Amino acid sequence: MDIFISQIATGLSIASILLLVALGLAIIYGTTGVINMAHGEFVMLGAYSAWALQTYAGIGLIESLILIFIFVGLFGWVIERAVIRHLYDRPLDTILATWGIGIMAQQAIRLMAGGELRYVQMPEALSASISLLGVEISAFRIFVLVFTAALFAFTWCLMYRTSIGMKLRAITQNREMASSFGINSNRVYSMTFAYGAGLAGLAGALVSPLKSVSPEMGTSYVVDAFMVVVLGGVESLVGTIVSSAILGQLTGFLAFYSNDTIAKALVFLAIVILIRYRPQGLFATKVRG
Amino acid sequence: MKITRRKLLKGGAAAGAVAATGFPHIWVTDASLAYAAGGKIKVGVLFSLTGTTGIIEESLNKATIMAIEEINDQGGINGMQIEAVVEDPASDPATFAQKARKLVLSDKCVSVFGSYTSASRKAVLPVFEKRKNLYWYPTLYEGRECSKNVIYTGAVPNQQQDEFVPWLVKNFGKRWYLIGSNYIYPKEENNYCKKLLKELGAEVVNEEYVPLGHSEFSSVVNKFRSEKPDVIFSTVVGDSVVALHRQYRAAGLDPAKMPMASLTTSENEVAAMGGDAAAGHFTSAPYFMVWDSPENQKFVESYQKRWGADKVTHFVSEPCYFQVKMFQQAVSKLAPSDINPAEIREAVKGVELTAPQGKVRLDAATLHTYLWPKIGQCKSDGQFEIIKQSPGWLEPVPYKAYENQVCTEQGLKET
Repeated sequence: MDIFISQIATGLSIASILLLVALGLAIIYGTTGVINMAHGEFVMLGAYSAWALQTYAGIGLIESLILIFIFVGLFGWVIERAVIRHLYDRPLDTILATWGIGIMAQQAIRLMAGGELRYVQMPEALSASISLLGVEISAFRIFVLVFTAALFAFTWCLMYRTSIGMKLRAITQNREMASSFGINSNRVYSMTFAYGAGLAGLAGALVSPLKSVSPEMGTSYVVDAFMVVVLGGVESLVGTIVSSAILGQLTGFLAFYSNDTIAKALVFLAIVILIRYRPQGLFATKVRG
Repeated sequence: MKITRRKLLKGGAAAGAVAATGFPHIWVTDASLAYAAGGKIKVGVLFSLTGTTGIIEESLNKATIMAIEEINDQGGINGMQIEAVVEDPASDPATFAQKARKLVLSDKCVSVFGSYTSASRKAVLPVFEKRKNLYWYPTLYEGRECSKNVIYTGAVPNQQQDEFVPWLVKNFGKRWYLIGSNYIYPKEENNYCKKLLKELGAEVVNEEYVPLGHSEFSSVVNKFRSEKPDVIFSTVVGDSVVALHRQYRAAGLDPAKMPMASLTTSENEVAAMGGDAAAGHFTSAPYFMVWDSPENQKFVESYQKRWGADKVTHFVSEPCYFQVKMFQQAVSKLAPSDINPAEIREAVKGVELTAPQGKVRLDAATLHTYLWPKIGQCKSDGQFEIIKQSPGWLEPVPYKAYENQVCTEQGLKET
């Protein structure tokens, strides 16, 4: 029974990290239709920002989160202004362009910070484990879970309870029509891109104490994030949360009863089969094209 | 057999060499003489300076270069300077093979020092076997190789485990959890480990492999919790090892009760994960930076003087250093006209020298090295405390996990 509960907790923890990484991607993809291959590098930049702030400025992880959100968000905004906005009508080219940006970001970090693996110190207060329902759970993992839930709630409110969210949804449904009603779609797009990038940066900062920080770390996250988005269905926040929960629990349980190699393979296989029969993902919003 | 003009010349040259040692063979066109042309001995240095393993291999390049510089500063080998041809194979096995061909064929190097990963060694092996050249490989590896064109100066499984595994069983217990990255090295190490455990009457509660680069260990940590092994035998490598240690610590597991025992966690990996996450766990290796010997003191001092006070030496950079010294000893026994890969291989057999880790010897039969395995426990400052050293040097037995195979001077023998 203990094992069952701790496995559920593990699944939730994996899910929360998946959701954290995928949320930014889902918003960017859902709104602008840009397949952002550089998303993993936004995550990586967040992790390196956390490392740099801690190493050079002595700022702890929690205190630096706001700074990291702003910094990576700004980076995303610049990328959108400089490159992406010229390519909205050429979706295939955005893949190439964002991939190139990703490689450049990797190499720039390698040149500036070196290629060594880095780590970020866990906040002292969260470095222990706590007993919950009779099982030991890492306090930091619980923190990540709670933080992700809060971030998701905030994002949901932003999308469905504010005027900027309404404009954003209007553009998603029909950009020309929304523009003709006086919505500045360029501005909304760049804000969305910046917000998505900022979320990715936060994800990177939050996983950095648990995982290693290296210039290539983004690659595996971008794969996971795309799995979540594809499974959940594009343009659906609810889909994103449900699919990260499914993937998290599935990965956790399969890894526990077999091993991580098999878990990874089976999860991929399940997704391939699913999108064969349901290419729009689990939750698809009907949009008039 | 057809006798060609070239073969005739070669035979004549060999006969001439035997008949008149010391006579300047200016008339001989034998290619082997070109190896020591112009009073210089050319060697290749083939470690990646860029790419995924660039960081660690750069330290191997540095240790090799330092050894070569030391020899040259002391007047070279019999008055001949060593000339290092440095190539960067960029962490890519195919590039390794291409650069190896260049070093052997166009630079005419008499030996090449190189490789960190097994994949890159396997990639260059055909080049050295076909061209009958000599490759010096410093990394600990999975064994099960018996090439006559490679000099192996790193540890093979029996050298890292023969002392380590019984010691762990005695001090911690008989329930073992084997975890490794999913490729050949961990599987071969675990094969040998399981053999030892069987002899000791210990039990393997689980054996599993995670994908290379894997970073989510929460299910693995749960399995540690439910299986409660006495020892976690880890051959996880690369960035995964950082994630594993950090998540082990975050989960509140205790190294005093359930230590991780590793064959691959060196000072480098510890620096990447932070001393707090590594503290209390064990590593077995022939060399640790803190090892107290006059030779090691000198090695560490000169290394930091040459490359920077913050640089660390570790269990792969140390063999890089002493294998160049072995090369020196071997070549110094040869007349300049005899300097070629085959003669060097014969001359290096049985060579002994005092390396930073202790007195090492190159085994004539296997071309592997007798080494001094040590058990180190990591401390929170990122260095190791040496708990125990093996009572004597340990013979390398590259096929120890396979009873019907033996590496001999003539090659692999199946019984």
